Amino acid sequence: MRLIETNGIAVRLGGAMVLHDVSLAIDRGEIVTIVGPNGSGKSTLLRTIIGAIKPAKGQIRRSPGLRIGYVPQKLHIDPTLPLTVARFLSLPRRHAPATVRAALEQAGLPDLRDRQMTDLSGGQFQRVLLARALMENPDLLILDEATQGLDQPGSAAFYRRIEEVRQEIGCAVLMVSHELHVVMSASDRVICLNGHVCCEGRPEIVAQAEEYRAIFGSGTQGALALYRHDHDHGHDHDHDNPHSHEAAE
Amino acid sequence: MMLDDFLMRAALAGLGVAIAAAPLGSFVVWRRMAYFGDATAHAAILGVAVALAFSMSVFVGALVMSLIMATTVSTLSGRGFAMDTLLGVLAHSALAFGLVAVSFLSGVRIDLMAYLFGDILAVSQGDLAVIWGGAALVLGLLAWRWQALLTATLSPDLAYSAGIDPRREQLVLTLALAVVVAVAIKVVGVLLIAAMLIVPAAAARPLASTPERMALIATLIAAASALGGLRASFAMDTPTGPTIVCAAAMIFAATTLGSSLWRRHRSPSVL
Repeated sequence: MRLIETNGIAVRLGGAMVLHDVSLAIDRGEIVTIVGPNGSGKSTLLRTIIGAIKPAKGQIRRSPGLRIGYVPQKLHIDPTLPLTVARFLSLPRRHAPATVRAALEQAGLPDLRDRQMTDLSGGQFQRVLLARALMENPDLLILDEATQGLDQPGSAAFYRRIEEVRQEIGCAVLMVSHELHVVMSASDRVICLNGHVCCEGRPEIVAQAEEYRAIFGSGTQGALALYRHDHDHGHDHDHDNPHSHEAAE
Repeated sequence: MMLDDFLMRAALAGLGVAIAAAPLGSFVVWRRMAYFGDATAHAAILGVAVALAFSMSVFVGALVMSLIMATTVSTLSGRGFAMDTLLGVLAHSALAFGLVAVSFLSGVRIDLMAYLFGDILAVSQGDLAVIWGGAALVLGLLAWRWQALLTATLSPDLAYSAGIDPRREQLVLTLALAVVVAVAIKVVGVLLIAAMLIVPAAAARPLASTPERMALIATLIAAASALGGLRASFAMDTPTGPTIVCAAAMIFAATTLGSSLWRRHRSPSVL
Protein backbone atom coordinates (compact mmCIF):
# COMPACT_ATOMS: atom_id res chain seq x y z
CA MET A 1 0.00 0.00 0.00
CA ARG A 2 1.50 3.30 -1.15
CA LEU A 3 1.68 6.08 1.41
CA ILE A 4 3.34 8.57 -0.84
CA GLU A 5 4.58 8.53 -4.38
CA THR A 6 6.61 11.04 -6.36
CA ASN A 7 6.46 10.91 -10.11
CA GLY A 8 9.34 12.44 -12.07
CA ILE A 9 9.69 15.49 -9.84
CA ALA A 10 12.19 18.24 -10.55
CA VAL A 11 13.06 20.96 -8.06
CA ARG A 12 14.69 24.29 -8.74
CA LEU A 13 16.20 26.36 -5.94
CA GLY A 14 17.28 29.89 -6.82
CA GLY A 15 17.67 29.03 -10.49
CA ALA A 16 19.73 25.90 -9.96
CA MET A 17 18.21 22.51 -10.75
CA VAL A 18 18.67 20.58 -7.50
CA LEU A 19 16.60 17.50 -8.28
CA HIS A 20 15.38 16.01 -11.52
CA ASP A 21 13.42 12.91 -12.52
CA VAL A 22 12.93 11.70 -8.97
CA SER A 23 10.36 8.94 -8.81
CA LEU A 24 9.98 6.98 -5.64
CA ALA A 25 7.32 5.46 -3.44
CA ILE A 26 7.08 4.67 0.25
CA ASP A 27 4.97 1.74 1.40
CA ARG A 28 3.30 1.29 4.74
CA GLY A 29 5.64 0.17 7.51
CA GLU A 30 8.97 0.15 5.64
CA ILE A 31 12.15 1.97 6.66
CA VAL A 32 13.70 3.79 3.72
CA THR A 33 16.93 5.72 3.95
CA ILE A 34 18.21 8.31 1.51
CA VAL A 35 21.97 8.54 1.20
CA GLY A 36 24.01 10.81 -1.03
CA PRO A 37 26.92 13.23 -1.00
CA ASN A 38 26.61 16.81 0.27
CA GLY A 39 24.52 18.94 -2.03
CA SER A 40 22.85 15.92 -3.62
CA GLY A 41 19.39 17.26 -2.73
CA LYS A 42 18.53 14.94 0.18
CA SER A 43 17.06 17.62 2.44
CA THR A 44 15.45 19.31 -0.54
CA LEU A 45 13.73 16.04 -1.41
CA LEU A 46 12.36 15.65 2.13
CA ARG A 47 11.18 19.25 2.18
CA THR A 48 9.47 18.73 -1.16
CA ILE A 49 7.74 15.63 0.18
CA ILE A 50 6.37 17.49 3.23
CA GLY A 51 5.10 20.25 0.94
CA ALA A 52 7.52 23.04 1.89
CA ILE A 53 8.88 23.28 -1.67
CA LYS A 54 6.81 23.11 -4.82
CA PRO A 55 8.34 20.90 -7.50
CA ALA A 56 8.90 22.61 -10.86
CA LYS A 57 7.85 19.42 -12.61
CA GLY A 58 6.19 16.14 -11.75
CA GLN A 59 3.57 15.16 -9.19
CA ILE A 60 3.48 14.04 -5.57
CA ARG A 61 0.63 11.75 -4.62
CA ARG A 62 -0.23 11.17 -0.97
CA SER A 63 -2.69 8.59 0.24
CA PRO A 64 -5.79 10.42 1.49
CA GLY A 65 -5.58 11.51 5.13
CA LEU A 66 -1.85 10.76 5.33
CA ARG A 67 -0.38 11.87 8.65
CA ILE A 68 3.26 12.90 8.51
CA GLY A 69 5.50 13.23 11.55
CA TYR A 70 8.47 15.41 10.66
CA VAL A 71 11.74 15.64 12.58
CA PRO A 72 13.77 18.53 11.11
CA GLN A 73 17.54 18.59 10.83
CA LYS A 74 17.68 21.35 13.36
CA LEU A 75 15.21 23.66 15.00
CA HIS A 76 16.20 27.10 16.14
CA ILE A 77 14.04 28.38 18.98
CA ASP A 78 14.23 32.14 19.30
CA PRO A 79 15.26 33.13 22.85
CA THR A 80 12.32 35.56 22.97
CA LEU A 81 9.88 32.64 22.68
CA PRO A 82 9.20 30.93 26.01
CA LEU A 83 8.39 27.28 25.32
CA THR A 84 8.23 24.37 27.72
CA VAL A 85 8.65 20.79 26.51
CA ALA A 86 4.99 20.07 27.29
CA ARG A 87 3.83 23.09 25.31
CA PHE A 88 6.05 22.13 22.37
CA LEU A 89 4.47 18.66 22.25
CA SER A 90 1.07 20.35 21.88
CA LEU A 91 2.00 21.86 18.50
CA PRO A 92 0.40 21.97 16.02
CA ARG A 93 -2.57 20.43 17.86
CA ARG A 94 -3.30 20.52 21.57
CA HIS A 95 -3.24 17.30 23.57
CA ALA A 96 -4.57 16.40 27.00
CA PRO A 97 -1.98 16.63 29.82
CA ALA A 98 -2.20 12.87 30.31
CA THR A 99 -1.34 12.27 26.64
CA VAL A 100 1.65 14.59 26.89
CA ARG A 101 2.83 12.85 30.06
CA ALA A 102 2.52 9.44 28.42
CA ALA A 103 4.45 10.63 25.37
CA LEU A 104 7.28 11.93 27.53
CA GLU A 105 7.41 8.65 29.41
CA GLN A 106 7.56 6.75 26.13
CA ALA A 107 10.44 8.97 25.07
CA GLY A 108 12.23 8.28 28.33
CA LEU A 109 12.01 11.92 29.46
CA PRO A 110 9.38 11.91 32.23
CA ASP A 111 10.96 14.76 34.23
CA LEU A 112 11.33 17.29 31.44
CA ARG A 113 7.70 18.38 31.18
CA ASP A 114 8.21 21.93 32.45
CA ARG A 115 11.77 22.42 31.24
CA GLN A 116 12.36 25.18 28.65
CA MET A 117 13.22 23.82 25.20
CA THR A 118 16.28 26.05 25.07
CA ASP A 119 17.66 24.40 28.24
CA LEU A 120 17.72 20.84 26.85
CA SER A 121 20.88 18.95 25.93
CA GLY A 122 21.35 17.91 22.30
CA GLY A 123 20.20 14.34 22.94
CA GLN A 124 17.16 15.40 24.95
CA PHE A 125 16.22 17.95 22.30
CA GLN A 126 16.39 15.30 19.56
CA ARG A 127 14.18 12.93 21.56
CA VAL A 128 11.65 15.68 22.23
CA LEU A 129 11.55 16.47 18.50
CA LEU A 130 10.87 12.79 17.82
CA ALA A 131 8.24 12.61 20.57
CA ARG A 132 6.43 15.60 19.05
CA ALA A 133 6.44 14.02 15.60
CA LEU A 134 4.85 10.90 17.12
CA MET A 135 2.04 12.74 18.94
CA GLU A 136 -0.36 12.34 16.01
CA ASN A 137 0.38 8.64 15.43
CA PRO A 138 1.84 9.36 11.99
CA ASP A 139 1.61 6.93 9.07
CA LEU A 140 4.94 8.24 7.86
CA LEU A 141 7.80 9.45 10.01
CA ILE A 142 10.29 11.68 8.17
CA LEU A 143 13.70 12.35 9.72
CA ASP A 144 16.29 14.71 8.29
CA GLU A 145 19.74 13.88 9.72
CA ALA A 146 18.06 13.46 13.08
CA THR A 147 21.21 12.35 14.89
CA GLN A 148 23.41 15.24 13.85
CA GLY A 149 25.41 16.41 16.85
CA LEU A 150 24.81 13.25 18.90
CA ASP A 151 27.71 11.03 19.93
CA GLN A 152 27.75 7.44 18.76
CA PRO A 153 25.97 5.82 21.73
CA GLY A 154 23.43 8.64 21.57
CA SER A 155 22.69 8.12 17.90
CA ALA A 156 22.62 4.33 18.29
CA ALA A 157 20.04 4.72 21.04
CA PHE A 158 18.08 7.12 18.83
CA TYR A 159 17.91 4.65 15.94
CA ARG A 160 16.96 1.81 18.28
CA ARG A 161 14.08 3.99 19.46
CA ILE A 162 12.96 4.50 15.86
CA GLU A 163 12.95 0.75 15.30
CA GLU A 164 10.80 0.38 18.45
CA VAL A 165 8.47 3.10 17.26
CA ARG A 166 7.95 1.36 13.96
CA GLN A 167 7.05 -1.81 15.78
CA GLU A 168 4.70 -0.02 18.17
CA ILE A 169 2.69 2.10 15.76
CA GLY A 170 3.56 0.48 12.44
CA CYS A 171 4.53 3.71 10.69
CA ALA A 172 6.80 3.89 7.68
CA VAL A 173 10.07 5.76 8.17
CA LEU A 174 11.81 7.90 5.58
CA MET A 175 15.14 9.29 6.68
CA VAL A 176 18.26 10.98 5.49
CA SER A 177 21.44 9.81 7.13
CA HIS A 178 25.15 10.27 6.83
CA GLU A 179 25.88 7.27 9.01
CA LEU A 180 26.33 4.58 6.43
CA HIS A 181 26.70 1.71 8.88
CA VAL A 182 23.38 2.62 10.51
CA VAL A 183 21.77 2.86 7.10
CA MET A 184 23.07 -0.53 6.13
CA SER A 185 21.83 -2.28 9.23
CA ALA A 186 18.57 -0.48 9.94
CA SER A 187 16.92 0.09 6.56
CA ASP A 188 14.65 -2.08 4.49
CA ARG A 189 15.51 -0.07 1.45
CA VAL A 190 18.17 2.47 0.52
CA ILE A 191 17.82 5.21 -2.07
CA CYS A 192 21.08 6.64 -3.32
CA LEU A 193 20.53 10.21 -4.44
CA ASN A 194 22.71 12.57 -6.42
CA GLY A 195 20.37 15.08 -8.05
CA HIS A 196 18.47 12.05 -9.30
CA VAL A 197 17.97 8.51 -7.99
CA CYS A 198 21.25 6.72 -8.81
CA CYS A 199 20.20 3.37 -7.49
CA GLU A 200 17.87 1.90 -4.93
CA GLY A 201 17.08 -1.40 -3.33
CA ARG A 202 17.94 -3.54 -0.35
CA PRO A 203 21.00 -2.22 1.52
CA GLU A 204 23.31 -5.06 0.52
CA ILE A 205 22.35 -4.68 -3.13
CA VAL A 206 22.85 -0.92 -3.15
CA ALA A 207 26.21 -1.36 -1.43
CA GLN A 208 27.34 -3.47 -4.41
CA ALA A 209 26.02 -1.08 -7.03
CA GLU A 210 28.58 0.70 -9.18
CA GLU A 211 26.84 4.07 -8.84
CA TYR A 212 26.94 3.84 -5.07
CA ARG A 213 30.62 2.87 -5.04
CA ALA A 214 31.42 5.70 -7.41
CA ILE A 215 29.97 8.15 -4.90
CA PHE A 216 31.07 6.71 -1.58
CA GLY A 217 34.30 5.03 -2.70
CA SER A 218 36.34 3.49 0.07
CA GLY A 219 33.82 4.56 2.73
CA THR A 220 31.61 1.82 1.40
CA GLN A 221 34.04 -0.88 2.41
CA GLY A 222 34.02 0.23 6.01
CA ALA A 223 30.27 0.54 6.14
CA LEU A 224 29.80 -2.84 4.56
CA ALA A 225 32.30 -4.41 6.93
CA LEU A 226 30.41 -2.99 9.86
CA TYR A 227 27.18 -4.24 8.42
CA ARG A 228 28.56 -7.78 8.15
CA HIS A 229 30.05 -7.51 11.57
CA ASP A 230 26.67 -6.59 13.05
CA HIS A 231 25.12 -9.62 11.43
CA ASP A 232 27.88 -12.04 12.36
CA HIS A 233 27.68 -11.20 16.00
CA GLY A 234 23.95 -11.17 16.35
CA HIS A 235 22.67 -9.08 19.22
CA ASP A 236 25.51 -9.23 21.69
CA HIS A 237 26.55 -5.64 20.96
CA ASP A 238 23.38 -4.50 22.69
CA HIS A 239 24.30 -5.22 26.29
CA ASP A 240 27.99 -4.43 26.30
CA ASN A 241 27.01 -0.81 25.96
CA PRO A 242 25.34 0.13 29.24
CA HIS A 243 25.73 3.85 28.63
CA SER A 244 23.58 4.00 25.52
CA HIS A 245 21.15 1.53 27.05
CA GLU A 246 20.61 3.84 29.93
CA ALA A 247 20.12 6.76 27.58
CA ALA A 248 17.39 4.86 25.74
CA GLU A 249 15.31 4.56 28.87
CA MET B 1 -18.06 60.18 38.56
CA MET B 2 -14.41 60.73 39.39
CA LEU B 3 -13.25 60.79 35.80
CA ASP B 4 -14.40 63.39 33.36
CA ASP B 5 -16.10 61.95 30.33
CA PHE B 6 -13.16 62.61 27.98
CA LEU B 7 -10.79 60.94 30.41
CA MET B 8 -13.04 57.89 30.54
CA ARG B 9 -13.02 57.71 26.75
CA ALA B 10 -9.27 58.12 26.71
CA ALA B 11 -8.86 55.29 29.21
CA LEU B 12 -11.11 53.00 27.19
CA ALA B 13 -9.25 53.88 23.99
CA GLY B 14 -5.90 53.14 25.64
CA LEU B 15 -7.16 49.80 26.96
CA GLY B 16 -8.56 48.84 23.56
CA VAL B 17 -5.24 49.44 21.84
CA ALA B 18 -3.32 47.73 24.65
CA ILE B 19 -5.24 44.45 24.53
CA ALA B 20 -4.94 44.20 20.75
CA ALA B 21 -1.33 45.38 20.45
CA ALA B 22 0.22 43.25 23.21
CA PRO B 23 -0.64 39.71 21.99
CA LEU B 24 0.11 40.69 18.39
CA GLY B 25 3.30 42.33 19.64
CA SER B 26 4.35 38.98 21.11
CA PHE B 27 4.34 37.53 17.60
CA VAL B 28 6.19 40.58 16.30
CA VAL B 29 8.90 39.88 18.90
CA TRP B 30 9.04 36.11 18.34
CA ARG B 31 9.27 36.50 14.58
CA ARG B 32 11.75 39.38 14.77
CA MET B 33 9.42 41.69 12.90
CA ALA B 34 10.08 44.83 14.97
CA TYR B 35 11.24 46.84 11.99
CA PHE B 36 8.34 45.47 10.01
CA GLY B 37 5.96 47.00 12.56
CA ASP B 38 7.79 50.29 12.22
CA ALA B 39 7.49 50.32 8.44
CA THR B 40 3.80 49.52 8.59
CA ALA B 41 3.14 52.22 11.17
CA HIS B 42 5.14 54.87 9.32
CA ALA B 43 3.27 54.14 6.11
CA ALA B 44 0.10 55.06 7.95
CA ILE B 45 1.01 58.77 7.93
CA LEU B 46 0.91 58.65 4.13
CA GLY B 47 -2.53 57.07 4.47
CA VAL B 48 -3.58 59.90 6.77
CA ALA B 49 -2.48 62.49 4.20
CA VAL B 50 -4.35 60.75 1.40
CA ALA B 51 -7.45 60.41 3.56
CA LEU B 52 -7.40 64.10 4.48
CA ALA B 53 -6.89 65.15 0.86
CA PHE B 54 -9.91 63.20 -0.30
CA SER B 55 -11.85 63.85 2.92
CA MET B 56 -12.16 60.16 3.67
CA SER B 57 -12.04 58.57 7.10
CA VAL B 58 -8.51 58.78 8.47
CA PHE B 59 -8.93 55.27 9.84
CA VAL B 60 -9.66 53.83 6.39
CA GLY B 61 -6.78 55.73 4.78
CA ALA B 62 -4.31 54.52 7.39
CA LEU B 63 -5.63 50.96 7.22
CA VAL B 64 -5.33 50.76 3.44
CA MET B 65 -1.83 52.29 3.34
CA SER B 66 -0.62 50.06 6.18
CA LEU B 67 -1.97 47.01 4.38
CA ILE B 68 -0.24 48.00 1.15
CA MET B 69 3.04 48.51 2.99
CA ALA B 70 2.77 45.29 4.99
CA THR B 71 1.96 43.15 1.96
CA THR B 72 4.73 44.80 -0.07
CA VAL B 73 7.27 43.99 2.62
CA SER B 74 5.91 40.45 3.07
CA THR B 75 6.18 39.81 -0.66
CA LEU B 76 9.65 41.30 -1.07
CA SER B 77 10.99 39.47 1.98
CA GLY B 78 10.76 36.14 0.18
CA ARG B 79 12.90 37.33 -2.73
CA GLY B 80 16.36 37.59 -1.30
CA PHE B 81 16.45 41.31 -0.48
CA ALA B 82 18.52 42.32 2.55
CA MET B 83 15.62 42.70 4.91
CA ASP B 84 16.88 45.29 7.38
CA THR B 85 18.10 47.57 4.62
CA LEU B 86 14.85 47.20 2.71
CA LEU B 87 12.75 47.89 5.80
CA GLY B 88 14.90 50.86 6.76
CA VAL B 89 14.42 52.33 3.29
CA LEU B 90 10.68 51.67 3.18
CA ALA B 91 9.88 52.74 6.75
CA HIS B 92 11.59 56.08 6.57
CA SER B 93 10.66 56.86 2.98
CA ALA B 94 7.02 56.21 3.80
CA LEU B 95 7.26 58.57 6.74
CA ALA B 96 9.03 61.24 4.68
CA PHE B 97 6.58 61.01 1.79
CA GLY B 98 3.71 61.11 4.28
CA LEU B 99 5.04 64.25 5.94
CA VAL B 100 5.62 65.95 2.58
CA ALA B 101 2.17 64.94 1.39
CA VAL B 102 0.55 66.34 4.53
CA SER B 103 2.32 69.68 4.02
CA PHE B 104 0.57 70.09 0.67
CA LEU B 105 -2.78 70.11 2.42
CA SER B 106 -3.77 73.53 3.64
CA GLY B 107 -5.05 73.83 7.16
CA VAL B 108 -3.99 70.43 8.52
CA ARG B 109 -0.44 71.38 9.44
CA ILE B 110 -1.65 72.05 12.99
CA ASP B 111 -3.01 68.55 13.24
CA LEU B 112 0.21 66.84 12.25
CA MET B 113 1.41 66.44 15.81
CA ALA B 114 -1.83 64.63 16.64
CA TYR B 115 -1.10 61.97 14.04
CA LEU B 116 2.58 61.66 14.87
CA PHE B 117 2.16 61.42 18.63
CA GLY B 118 -1.52 60.63 19.08
CA ASP B 119 -4.28 62.67 20.64
CA ILE B 120 -5.92 60.31 23.05
CA LEU B 121 -7.81 63.04 24.89
CA ALA B 122 -9.68 63.91 21.69
CA VAL B 123 -11.06 60.40 21.19
CA SER B 124 -14.74 60.52 20.22
CA GLN B 125 -17.38 57.88 20.79
CA GLY B 126 -17.10 56.97 17.11
CA ASP B 127 -13.33 56.53 17.52
CA LEU B 128 -13.95 54.28 20.50
CA ALA B 129 -16.24 52.07 18.44
CA VAL B 130 -13.56 51.80 15.73
CA ILE B 131 -10.81 51.04 18.27
CA TRP B 132 -12.77 48.33 20.10
CA GLY B 133 -14.10 46.90 16.83
CA GLY B 134 -10.54 46.69 15.51
CA ALA B 135 -9.27 45.20 18.76
CA ALA B 136 -12.00 42.55 18.73
CA LEU B 137 -11.13 41.69 15.12
CA VAL B 138 -7.43 41.32 15.92
CA LEU B 139 -8.04 39.23 19.05
CA GLY B 140 -10.51 37.05 17.15
CA LEU B 141 -8.01 36.46 14.33
CA LEU B 142 -5.22 35.60 16.77
CA ALA B 143 -7.39 33.26 18.84
CA TRP B 144 -8.71 31.51 15.75
CA ARG B 145 -5.25 30.94 14.21
CA TRP B 146 -3.27 30.67 17.48
CA GLN B 147 -1.94 27.11 17.17
CA ALA B 148 -1.18 27.46 13.47
CA LEU B 149 0.50 30.85 14.02
CA LEU B 150 2.68 29.44 16.76
CA THR B 151 3.69 26.42 14.68
CA ALA B 152 4.53 28.59 11.68
CA THR B 153 6.49 30.97 13.90
CA LEU B 154 8.50 28.12 15.35
CA SER B 155 9.37 26.58 11.99
CA PRO B 156 7.78 26.92 8.56
CA ASP B 157 8.79 23.32 7.77
CA LEU B 158 7.00 21.95 10.84
CA ALA B 159 3.95 23.90 9.72
CA TYR B 160 4.10 22.51 6.17
CA SER B 161 4.45 18.95 7.42
CA ALA B 162 1.26 19.41 9.45
CA GLY B 163 -0.63 20.80 6.46
CA ILE B 164 -0.42 24.43 7.63
CA ASP B 165 0.59 27.03 5.04
CA PRO B 166 2.96 29.45 6.83
CA ARG B 167 2.41 32.08 4.13
CA ARG B 168 -1.27 32.16 5.02
CA GLU B 169 -0.40 32.64 8.70
CA GLN B 170 1.97 35.43 7.74
CA LEU B 171 -0.93 37.06 5.92
CA VAL B 172 -3.08 36.83 9.06
CA LEU B 173 -0.40 38.63 11.05
CA THR B 174 0.04 41.23 8.31
CA LEU B 175 -3.68 41.97 8.35
CA ALA B 176 -3.79 42.16 12.15
CA LEU B 177 -0.80 44.49 12.14
CA ALA B 178 -2.45 46.89 9.70
CA VAL B 179 -5.61 46.96 11.83
CA VAL B 180 -3.67 47.66 15.03
CA VAL B 181 -1.73 50.47 13.34
CA ALA B 182 -4.92 52.05 12.06
CA VAL B 183 -6.69 51.98 15.43
CA ALA B 184 -3.63 53.04 17.44
CA ILE B 185 -2.89 56.27 15.54
CA LYS B 186 -5.33 58.27 17.66
CA VAL B 187 -3.89 56.83 20.87
CA VAL B 188 -0.11 56.82 20.53
CA GLY B 189 0.50 58.20 17.03
CA VAL B 190 2.41 56.60 14.16
CA LEU B 191 5.86 57.18 15.65
CA LEU B 192 5.19 55.15 18.77
CA ILE B 193 2.88 52.35 17.58
CA ALA B 194 5.79 49.95 17.23
CA ALA B 195 6.66 50.65 20.86
CA MET B 196 3.16 49.59 21.97
CA LEU B 197 3.67 46.35 20.07
CA ILE B 198 7.14 45.50 21.26
CA VAL B 199 7.76 47.01 24.71
CA PRO B 200 4.99 45.18 26.65
CA ALA B 201 5.88 41.85 25.01
CA ALA B 202 9.58 42.35 25.76
CA ALA B 203 8.72 43.31 29.35
CA ALA B 204 6.65 40.12 29.72
CA ARG B 205 9.34 37.77 28.39
CA PRO B 206 11.31 37.24 31.63
CA LEU B 207 8.10 36.49 33.53
CA ALA B 208 6.68 33.89 31.15
CA SER B 209 7.29 30.17 30.61
CA THR B 210 4.85 29.58 27.75
CA PRO B 211 3.74 31.68 24.74
CA GLU B 212 0.21 32.04 26.12
CA ARG B 213 1.44 33.36 29.45
CA MET B 214 3.75 35.79 27.69
CA ALA B 215 0.86 37.17 25.61
CA LEU B 216 -1.35 37.44 28.69
CA ILE B 217 1.28 39.15 30.86
CA ALA B 218 2.12 41.49 27.96
CA THR B 219 -1.56 42.44 27.78
CA LEU B 220 -1.67 43.20 31.50
CA ILE B 221 1.52 45.27 31.24
CA ALA B 222 0.16 47.17 28.23
CA ALA B 223 -3.13 47.88 30.01
CA ALA B 224 -1.33 49.06 33.14
CA SER B 225 0.94 51.28 31.02
CA ALA B 226 -2.03 52.79 29.20
CA LEU B 227 -3.89 53.63 32.40
CA GLY B 228 -0.79 54.65 34.37
CA GLY B 229 0.54 56.73 31.48
CA LEU B 230 -2.78 58.49 31.02
CA ARG B 231 -2.91 59.34 34.71
CA ALA B 232 0.69 60.52 34.79
CA SER B 233 0.26 62.66 31.68
CA PHE B 234 -2.81 64.28 33.25
CA ALA B 235 -0.94 64.95 36.49
CA MET B 236 2.27 66.22 34.88
CA ASP B 237 0.72 67.81 31.78
CA THR B 238 2.86 65.73 29.39
CA PRO B 239 1.85 64.36 25.95
CA THR B 240 -0.19 61.23 26.61
CA GLY B 241 1.07 58.84 23.91
CA PRO B 242 4.75 59.23 24.81
CA THR B 243 3.91 59.05 28.52
CA ILE B 244 2.17 55.70 27.99
CA VAL B 245 5.24 54.37 26.17
CA CYS B 246 7.46 55.70 28.99
CA ALA B 247 5.38 53.77 31.52
CA ALA B 248 5.75 50.57 29.47
CA ALA B 249 9.50 51.15 29.14
CA MET B 250 9.87 51.53 32.90
CA ILE B 251 8.02 48.24 33.43
CA PHE B 252 10.38 46.66 30.88
CA ALA B 253 13.39 47.94 32.79
CA ALA B 254 11.95 46.65 36.06
CA THR B 255 11.15 43.11 34.83
CA THR B 256 14.41 42.74 32.92
CA LEU B 257 16.61 43.98 35.75
CA GLY B 258 14.54 42.18 38.36
CA SER B 259 14.74 38.82 36.61
CA SER B 260 18.49 39.02 36.03
CA LEU B 261 19.06 39.93 39.69
CA TRP B 262 16.75 37.09 40.72
CA ARG B 263 18.65 34.63 38.57
CA ARG B 264 22.00 35.76 39.93
CA HIS B 265 20.67 35.49 43.45
CA ARG B 266 19.31 32.02 42.89
CA SER B 267 21.94 30.40 40.70
CA PRO B 268 24.45 29.42 43.45
CA SER B 269 21.82 27.36 45.26
CA VAL B 270 20.78 25.71 42.01
CA LEU B 271 24.26 24.63 41.01
